Amino acid sequence: MGAFTQWFNERAPGLGAVYKKHMTEYYAPKNFNVMYYFGSLAMLVLVNQIVTGIFLAMFYTPTAAGAFDSVQYIMRDVNWGWLVRYMHTTGASMFFIVIYLHMFRGLMYGSFKKPRELVWLIGMLIFLVLMAEAFMGYVLPWGNMSFWGAKVIITLFSAVPWFGHTLVTWIMGTFVPGDPTLNRFFALHVVALPLVLLLLVVLHLGALHEVGSNNPDGVEIKKHKNPKGIPLDGIAFHPYYTLKDLVGVGVFLIICAVIIFFAPSVGGFFLEHDNSIPANDLVTPATIKPVWYFSPFYAILRMIPSKGLGVLALAASIVALFLVPWLDRGGVKSIRYRGLGYKIALAIFAIVFFLLGCIGADLTPGWIVSIFGPNADITTIENLFGRILVILYFAFFVFLWVYTFFGFERTRPVPERVTTHA
Amino acid sequence: MHDKTFRASMRTLTVLLALLVAFAAAPAALAEEGGYPNVNVNVHDKASLQRGARLFMNYCVGCHSLKYMRYSQMAEGLGLTEQQVMDNLNFTGVKFGEPIVSAMPEADAEKWLGKAPPDLSLEVSARGADWVAAYLKSFYLDPSTASGWNNTVFPNVAMPFPLWQLQGEQVAVMSPPANGEPATIKELKLAQPGSMTPAQYDRAVRDLTAFLTYVSSPDELVRSSMGAWVVLYLVFFTLFALVLKKEYWKDVH
Repeated sequence: MGAFTQWFNERAPGLGAVYKKHMTEYYAPKNFNVMYYFGSLAMLVLVNQIVTGIFLAMFYTPTAAGAFDSVQYIMRDVNWGWLVRYMHTTGASMFFIVIYLHMFRGLMYGSFKKPRELVWLIGMLIFLVLMAEAFMGYVLPWGNMSFWGAKVIITLFSAVPWFGHTLVTWIMGTFVPGDPTLNRFFALHVVALPLVLLLLVVLHLGALHEVGSNNPDGVEIKKHKNPKGIPLDGIAFHPYYTLKDLVGVGVFLIICAVIIFFAPSVGGFFLEHDNSIPANDLVTPATIKPVWYFSPFYAILRMIPSKGLGVLALAASIVALFLVPWLDRGGVKSIRYRGLGYKIALAIFAIVFFLLGCIGADLTPGWIVSIFGPNADITTIENLFGRILVILYFAFFVFLWVYTFFGFERTRPVPERVTTHA
Repeated sequence: MHDKTFRASMRTLTVLLALLVAFAAAPAALAEEGGYPNVNVNVHDKASLQRGARLFMNYCVGCHSLKYMRYSQMAEGLGLTEQQVMDNLNFTGVKFGEPIVSAMPEADAEKWLGKAPPDLSLEVSARGADWVAAYLKSFYLDPSTASGWNNTVFPNVAMPFPLWQLQGEQVAVMSPPANGEPATIKELKLAQPGSMTPAQYDRAVRDLTAFLTYVSSPDELVRSSMGAWVVLYLVFFTLFALVLKKEYWKDVH
């Protein structure tokens, strides 16, 4: 033991133990596949958002008069400002790509099931806070889509009975999004929500490391241990998974670099064209739509004809995800050994989520015209298609409960030990 | 076991490469958005940018500002010296480090034209290069408007057509009204040729659009060349990480 390590351990004996518990003596199943990269990648993006965000905050002005100009100042006059901002904007979208894949992994391999319900719940809270964080960050550049997006989304709260309209004014701090809105969103975006996110990430990992990681076979590696108490199918997180994740980080960064350097707006998906126009309460954009990562949920809102019910459905679509550990009563975790019904239902759910996203991103009118001709009744066809998708979205959760509660699922035998490693 | 590992990593790699290609191809696929013909600007063609800047300073800056672009920045982006810019491209007499702002007072502009001419710093980011090029080619004579000009891409636009001497005068050819519906514009016809041939005018519009594309995101000049090196570095980084990972994972059975 080096002199420094000894000096350190004498003064803070607990820290070494914490490091061991979570790194060198945290035993993860050896059969993680490609779906298991997204947790560590989400942490990487979080760090990227915090570091680039600090530099952006040094030059950004949170006022209605100065915000748009200050973003252009960052893009043109601040040394490397364009790179830092593109890293931040690309990071925001990549965060959601990574998180959606991470959540899908959980559904594939039953990572939400006993004993990991708490891990799933904390993860869902992270998702919720991340949505708030992303929404507020999107408002800050104060482009025209920022303004109208803020107005539309905040106004959703007017659907709350009795004090809805008061609530909207309370959130905005004024009657039309303006200086007070921008100031509080800036405070929440750079101080409050990042702190909450960091705390939740610590709890998410803490809850996970208490029960141990699930794996593509959905077997509990702690059932078979060697005499030293180490799971037979487990390997130390460090160095094995730190190095494996480093490879994932490399591939992920290549994708990010291609976007940042060659197509930072990704055709208007990561950075919307209408946000190149300064906020203007007199000029409404042709279509008001949120950024792509909200579009599946936005489509659910739009497809319901009543505003109150639409907001309720929007809320329900997220609450349903929270409830998955209790809706799914099946005893088998991994999709590898689950019944055919679950495999089909999950595939349909993923496709439905994607198609709802296409509706929310306003891609469907173009498709409808190319399929049904220029005289097609776009609204009717889109509503019909969209409402079927909304029903299918919720049907997944109903099916999940019926299928597992009444014992319709025919599972395959689950192996005692993990089967593959790659 | 090794074979299995290899196949799994190849599969992983294929999936990730497919994702990468999808991401790179998405903007290209969406480039046709709006249905305007592809104008194919090249912001790395300095001569094109310089010609576009000259057109802008001769025909546009009288009314439109580029308030987020400084003359000094433009000189750097276009590969020009301070002397060249101050002599040939700065007609408002402001200092080299100042932003490119129109000399026309906004209040007067609103009185004369009904609407203050918008700043064009981010026009291409907002509307796309194809839109800008199509717009500049779609003016036609229309006695019913205040300026005498109208535009098929931006109907009833307040702006008169400053490039008419170059393109000439287009008129609208109407399609005959069918079953009670109002007549629509079928195409625009060049009634009075300008000082440029249609091919020359197309090139002038491409130059002007290229210049405005550069002004919208000046970072584009350095971004792609820098990006190639970053990606190359990351590819090597990933390969080294892969070798290191394989070395450590040798004892996992």
